[in-house]
Amino acid sequence: MIGIVNYRMGNLASVQHALNHLNIANTIVHVSAEIEKCDQLILPGVGAFGKAMEALQELQLIDGLSEHILHKKKPVLGLCLGMQLLFDQSEEMGDHEGLKMTKGNVRSLKNEISRLPVPHMGWNQVKESGTSALLKNIPEEERVFYFVHSFYCDASDRNVVSGTTEYGLSFDAMIENENIFGCQFHPEKSQQSGLAVLKNFAAIQ
Amino acid sequence: MVKTRLIPVLFIKNGLIVRSEDFSYHQNIGNVVNQTQRYNSWNVDELIYLDISRDPVYDLGRDDHKVDAYSSHEEIIKTISRECFMPLTLGGGIRTMENVDFLIRNGADKICINSAAHESPDLVRQTALKYGSQAVVLSIDYKVLNNTPIVFTKFGIVNTGLNVLDWIEEGAQLGAGEIFLNAIDRDGKASGYDLKTIGEVVEKTMLPVVACGGAGNEYDFLELAKETKVSGIAAGNWFHFVEGSYLRAKKMLKKNGVDVR
Repeated sequence: MIGIVNYRMGNLASVQHALNHLNIANTIVHVSAEIEKCDQLILPGVGAFGKAMEALQELQLIDGLSEHILHKKKPVLGLCLGMQLLFDQSEEMGDHEGLKMTKGNVRSLKNEISRLPVPHMGWNQVKESGTSALLKNIPEEERVFYFVHSFYCDASDRNVVSGTTEYGLSFDAMIENENIFGCQFHPEKSQQSGLAVLKNFAAIQ
Repeated sequence: MVKTRLIPVLFIKNGLIVRSEDFSYHQNIGNVVNQTQRYNSWNVDELIYLDISRDPVYDLGRDDHKVDAYSSHEEIIKTISRECFMPLTLGGGIRTMENVDFLIRNGADKICINSAAHESPDLVRQTALKYGSQAVVLSIDYKVLNNTPIVFTKFGIVNTGLNVLDWIEEGAQLGAGEIFLNAIDRDGKASGYDLKTIGEVVEKTMLPVVACGGAGNEYDFLELAKETKVSGIAAGNWFHFVEGSYLRAKKMLKKNGVDVR
């Protein structure tokens, strides 16, 4: 059972529709107690980093997430903002602390690139770095996913990066570190390639 | 780098998909949901739904008719978001923040705002503040008059006197994150894209530009992609009538060096 964490931001419906389409059992998690019955978690997200952390705090979800992800080692997949939340901190609208499950920072694309539109929006290629469980069985030419973001993850430990993408610079598009997974793109909006990523995640024990 | 998008546009009138010509002649060509499944099987980059229903009473601003127009949007987004796993853009008749909230909550990724951006610019601003600029598409219908592209509203009837380039700058300041450009005079004409205006717009703005109006075959897409730095190539009619057109166009663009998915 995959629990989709609802912290009142982002498009839960799209993620749930995608899992339903794949016949993957799922449930929406509103409070910490509901995490217990989930084997895996998805942290979706659209919106601002600071607001999302505030919401997670207000809903008292942080302790539950830490217990199940860091101690019980349940696999978690952060999507877009959800991936960024897994990091130490973000510079989006002032500095904000994240969930600190992955070492590194979330930085502004605008500060790095001046000649390209920000947000980075559209379909872009992901290049595998190391061996990615999420990209398993997806042919290289089909590793094109839908991105919408203005900030990007910069992992301190390069070994956790499983995919990178070029947009004025090369940024970390995917991380995989034991039970912690993240995609900067939206698999739920990336057609068959995106569905394949979700399927790969669901297959991880 | 980001791929150039090839985007089918579905024009919806009174709940049915129509073929549009001159912004005035509309031929019914199918049920919204059936057509969506067809596009879904083509693995498209994105879908744009534009509701062009224009009940005359609606123009008088009667609230009861507004509700009807929106409810069709609502049914469409609820149905398609269950089966479509691609970016979805909805537009036409969006007037209030409640309309926007509902569509985004139910799976729309972007909202297309046209006439409302003139009547209540605050809707553009508020949507951008709440959901981010990437969720706000400023839709512009225009005609070229005396060599100048001029913005028209209300289904291409009202001449605003605004230069397209100036309006885009204003829209960007309001918070729009993308431009959807539709050439009224080329609607349904298969005369090729308006390369001159599109080229000028793309050079002037940092926002991604999706161009529509005039596609007669896949070589019009190629010409547009080669001649301008457009982000999205949109077309309505051609995809409906030519079987296998989408995949064929993608293949041809790729073969000719256009960076498509």
